[in-house]
Amino acid sequence: MKRIGIVLAVAVTAAGCATMAADTDYGKAALDLMKADFKSKGPATLDRIVNQDEAQRLCSEYPTERPKEVAEKIEAEQLKLVKYPADGKYLGKWQEGEKIAQNGRGMQSSDKVGSPNGGNCYACHQITKEEISFGNIGPSLYQYGKLRGQSEEILKYTWAKIYNAQAFSACSNMPRFGHKGILDEKQLKDVMALLLDPASPANK
Amino acid sequence: MRRKGLFIFMAAALGAAAPAMAQTSTTDEIAKYRQLLADGNPAELWEMRGEELWKTATGPKKVSLEQCDLGKGPGVVKGAYVELPRYFKDVNKVMDLEQRLMHCRMSLQGLTREQATKTPFGSAGNPSDIEALVSYITAESRGMKMSVSTAHPQEKRAYEIGQKIFFHRGGAHDFACATCHSVDGQRIRLQELPNILNKTNAQAAYTTWPAYRVSQGEVRTMQHRLYDCFRQQRFPEPAYASDVITAVTMFLAKNADGGVYNAPALKR
Repeated sequence: MKRIGIVLAVAVTAAGCATMAADTDYGKAALDLMKADFKSKGPATLDRIVNQDEAQRLCSEYPTERPKEVAEKIEAEQLKLVKYPADGKYLGKWQEGEKIAQNGRGMQSSDKVGSPNGGNCYACHQITKEEISFGNIGPSLYQYGKLRGQSEEILKYTWAKIYNAQAFSACSNMPRFGHKGILDEKQLKDVMALLLDPASPANK
Repeated sequence: MRRKGLFIFMAAALGAAAPAMAQTSTTDEIAKYRQLLADGNPAELWEMRGEELWKTATGPKKVSLEQCDLGKGPGVVKGAYVELPRYFKDVNKVMDLEQRLMHCRMSLQGLTREQATKTPFGSAGNPSDIEALVSYITAESRGMKMSVSTAHPQEKRAYEIGQKIFFHRGGAHDFACATCHSVDGQRIRLQELPNILNKTNAQAAYTTWPAYRVSQGEVRTMQHRLYDCFRQQRFPEPAYASDVITAVTMFLAKNADGGVYNAPALKR
């Protein structure tokens, strides 16, 4: 089985290279067009789309499926970028976390520079029973903490997942909330509490 | 206020159903709401105003737009939209409807670029001539099948570039168009998202723009739809009627090929 996996991976890589020559042209043309036609506005700056980081570049190049080694490389690199809380405390206030999970504002061209960002977790996840307007791009997080407890391992994993989702899943649809500075450390702790505090409605 | 009204309407509809049912019944409720208004889509007012604008001599040259060539020959409006974007020989480039309209207003009527692109998106007390003109032109393709060509190398190129942009991840949130629009059955909150890579979905989505948006009280064009998507994607702002928008539109329009065009529609 392992051998087949490797052979497949090599085949995919080779196919990727074979089509590269033709694709590169359109890729460059697309980038040039974006440079010419998009203008920075508010917190949404042009450099954020034309100067992709390595993960963004690879995930654009392999939008649906990617070779195993590309995925593993992305995950390993992103895991290194996770910063854990300096004081070793992971949990803030779930009430504040709920507000962050509801708030979809932040970093759009229509937002003010420097205004606090929301996490908009409900856009993609179920979290509590009370909020029925939730999306399904991400898995349900209802009873996240009740099912997993609060071991050091779970705390660290959950923190890292919110901080940089691609540390565990290359090209995840989930924003890298900590790494990209969308949420600050205090906000991350509050969202952690929403998921893990036994008193949080997420765990009722 | 309008948004709130609809929200209350939806909330009331949702309240009646059990939470587990809520997800599917929301779509049904919106469909019912559409039906309620279907006989009187306010977009008709935009269509009528657009027709008048199309036929009125104006601009420094005091001519109407009736000789504008939207791709099927000068003055042919019927069926023009379902073949757009397309390559135009006279300008040697691929244009979408709004780019072409801007071109006609400048070349035929003698408007400056600034005049021809003034108020692309209307607001209360500041109506947009463009939204009205687009409503009229698109309505003249109602009931026809989307038939977009990628035969010309520049059309093919626009499509390929559009596809690259569709998958381009960037910005603060790492989003691409594909983040929300490449998987079946996805929702943001309760809003269902068309999978643009799925033909049926792409057809349903593309053939219902422009649309009168109840939440905004305006007819919104495809240009506006993409502008709004990019905003939510945390991308910078695309220039109005720019080639980047045309490329993405080409990708969407081609994916919707064969679908029966049915707009200006009515949307939340």
